[in-house]
Amino acid sequence: MRGRMRTPAALAVCAIGVVLAASGCGGGAGGSGTGAVRASWGDPQSPLEPANTNEVQGGKVLDMIFRGLKAYDPKTGAAEDMLAEKIDSSDQQHFTITVKDGWTFSNGEKVTARSFVDAWNYAALVDNKQKNASFFQDIEGYDKVHPAQGTPTAKALSGLVVKDERTFTVALRAKFSTWPDTLGYAAYAPLPRAFYDDHAGWLKRPVGNGPYRIDSYTKGSQMRLSRWDGYPGDDKARNAGVELRVYTDSNTAYTDLQAGNLDIVDDIPSTQLKNVRNDLGDRYINQPAGIIQTLSFPMYDATWSKPGMEKVRRGIAMAIDRDQITEQIYQKTRTPASDWTSPVLGEKGGYKAGLCGDACTYNPDEAKRLIQEGGGLPGGRVTITSNVDTGSHRVWMDAVCNSVNNALGNDQACTVNPVGTFADFRNQVSEQRITGMFRSGWQMDYPLAQNFLQPLYYSNASSNYGKFHDAQFDRLIDEANAESDTAAAVGKFQDAEKILATQMPAIPLWYQNGSAGYSANVGDVELNQFSVPVYQRITVK
Amino acid sequence: MGRYVIRRLLQMIPVFVGSTFLIFFMVYALGDPVAALFGDKAPDPATAARIRAELYLDQPLWKQYLHYMGQILTGEFGTAFNGQEVIELMADAFPVTLRLTLVAIVFEIVIGITLGLLSGLRRGRTVDTSVLLLTLVVVSIPTFVSGYVLQYLFGVKWDVVSPSVSPAAPLDELLLPGMVLALTSLAYVTRLTRTSLAENARADYLRTAVAKGLPRHRVVSRHLLRNSLIPVVTFIGTDIGALMGGAIVTERIFNIHGVGYQLYQGILRQNSPTVVGFVTILVIVFLVANLLVDLLYAVLDPRIRYA
Repeated sequence: MRGRMRTPAALAVCAIGVVLAASGCGGGAGGSGTGAVRASWGDPQSPLEPANTNEVQGGKVLDMIFRGLKAYDPKTGAAEDMLAEKIDSSDQQHFTITVKDGWTFSNGEKVTARSFVDAWNYAALVDNKQKNASFFQDIEGYDKVHPAQGTPTAKALSGLVVKDERTFTVALRAKFSTWPDTLGYAAYAPLPRAFYDDHAGWLKRPVGNGPYRIDSYTKGSQMRLSRWDGYPGDDKARNAGVELRVYTDSNTAYTDLQAGNLDIVDDIPSTQLKNVRNDLGDRYINQPAGIIQTLSFPMYDATWSKPGMEKVRRGIAMAIDRDQITEQIYQKTRTPASDWTSPVLGEKGGYKAGLCGDACTYNPDEAKRLIQEGGGLPGGRVTITSNVDTGSHRVWMDAVCNSVNNALGNDQACTVNPVGTFADFRNQVSEQRITGMFRSGWQMDYPLAQNFLQPLYYSNASSNYGKFHDAQFDRLIDEANAESDTAAAVGKFQDAEKILATQMPAIPLWYQNGSAGYSANVGDVELNQFSVPVYQRITVK
Repeated sequence: MGRYVIRRLLQMIPVFVGSTFLIFFMVYALGDPVAALFGDKAPDPATAARIRAELYLDQPLWKQYLHYMGQILTGEFGTAFNGQEVIELMADAFPVTLRLTLVAIVFEIVIGITLGLLSGLRRGRTVDTSVLLLTLVVVSIPTFVSGYVLQYLFGVKWDVVSPSVSPAAPLDELLLPGMVLALTSLAYVTRLTRTSLAENARADYLRTAVAKGLPRHRVVSRHLLRNSLIPVVTFIGTDIGALMGGAIVTERIFNIHGVGYQLYQGILRQNSPTVVGFVTILVIVFLVANLLVDLLYAVLDPRIRYA
């Protein structure tokens, strides 16, 4: 038992604890100062470089210690200017960016146009092996610094030019009207000189320009951050600091929360979903996040992509009882999907409930008729493939298969093909070895409809695993990107989605919610669209 | 004695090489770990190729293994994907797991042998029956059940200990996890001690000792218990290795960042330097523990001599 008990009753228990377990009760090794938020964490997969962090655990830290040109409003998801004073463009392809005055890194260094340009050049250069390098592929000169093979012929992106201390210009390879709205992603963060001059030292304790500073970082177990009082932004931290603790098992984090040992858990274990409302009452958050789960078809396989098969694909989509599965298995922490984006985008951002139409509405009789009309399942059967090591994938796959089998009246029609590890599954997918449906999930990088469509369904796009190809779809996406008016762009994106509804290269299953629980010790806890707690807004009682 | 030890130490070399290769091969057989580093996104081919080259993954298996062994011999255990040196991970994890194992072993010895002694000396009485029943119950409950239940009871319901262990993992916080880890083995130690005692109680030398008129406590401690502990020592010795490597479940439940945690992370991310490095050390622990057990025999039983 470590100190941090506040009520007299708890202190009494603490004294008993001393007797029973001979444990110290006054500020143990894991204790943090008063006013700090204790939150659950997972070990980041990679070193904490902004352009090398592509998962949510490292993202949490970057979110606290960095601020980019734009930031997403945690409520609406709208991209708002943060360090950007203005971003101008007359042709949706060439942008002039002015950085606000008065911003510094927490080590005192000024944030200038160069802080951005150098960071972006570092991220794009293939020699630096940054996993988010492809975010810079829209910028002119990317193929020189990041050739598909061999050594780069340039060190810097030719599309980035520093004009003066606070201004730089960006030339894109093609029109992309909503490009400025992507700049809230962590990969676009500015970096101080220390990052390049003493890289190893910086990685041990990253320095950024966000509302928090890192006090100590013990890799694999915990990180302590404290409020940076010199932070010039409006979103100053409302608590003294945050202590992130690595948990290997979300059940333990949940138990710690119940014991008053932890303030925030942002991953409620599936086994506790039934009890969580009883345990936490209104301290439980369950809200949509920018994650959609889909089942992709192997369109690279002629048996699935030949004309007429779209009926079979639509039929399978219609045979899945999404309402029942999300309710029974997920206790409503998933919402049945009826388009290919996410509710967090909002109506204005391009989300449109029911866009998928009949195909995403459960109708077993019609499903059976459609599949038969399309010539039946190839070889009379279909498999669903996914890794089963995490995320309780096995459970929903079984449920989806049962649903399909019930609709077809054949309990051999759909079977589950479990793959042991995520890495193996990834390899099978990218090597196109899968001949049936496979799980494809998408967590948005930034809240734009474009991010849900282009990387996944545009011809030869980076994450178009099923190799879906449709000239009309590509044309509509290009047009949407060139559109300067947001509403018109959204209309084009939705037209493109209608093609997905008729072709059905991937079946929308459900939108994933972010869930979190917090202790009575803290208040004002909210999740952003990336299902990450908005740490700087949390208040400690 | 000295020659025996040297021979045993030399035998460890082929075991060491063989086991590292097997583990290396098994992690390798899981497939390419680089694709998984990119999450749900397709890996960018150029970046993935660079990462593979850096990790030596673009070479055939035998070259990878030779490269890895060459590194190990120079004391270089490689790095995990999060940029941490494996040797650093070991320096963090092994002391923690060692402490946990020690706590568990102490529980095993103290409680296990005491209970075994009690029931062995009072065969057929109520004490014996209740201990038998108790050990049966303990053996039949899997660790994850007893772990979660005890964690909930002590940590949440009665609020006497912290449900999770802090990163520094001081001894007092390891008492409950150590108990959970020890439970099954503790039951075995109890049963083993009891059986062994029961057998030796009928031995001739014991009757002689009693006939000589030795006081009962001397008969029990010097003659009966000492001879009965030989199988128990064997069990505890091999259990040290098993506990260190097998603490994965307990470490997960109590969020202890020890060997089990690092192994779990390594396997999940298919990071062969982490997995092979840790398992190699565990193999050495097993071998040394076995050697120590064999040497202890000579101390406990004067009839055993090592030439």
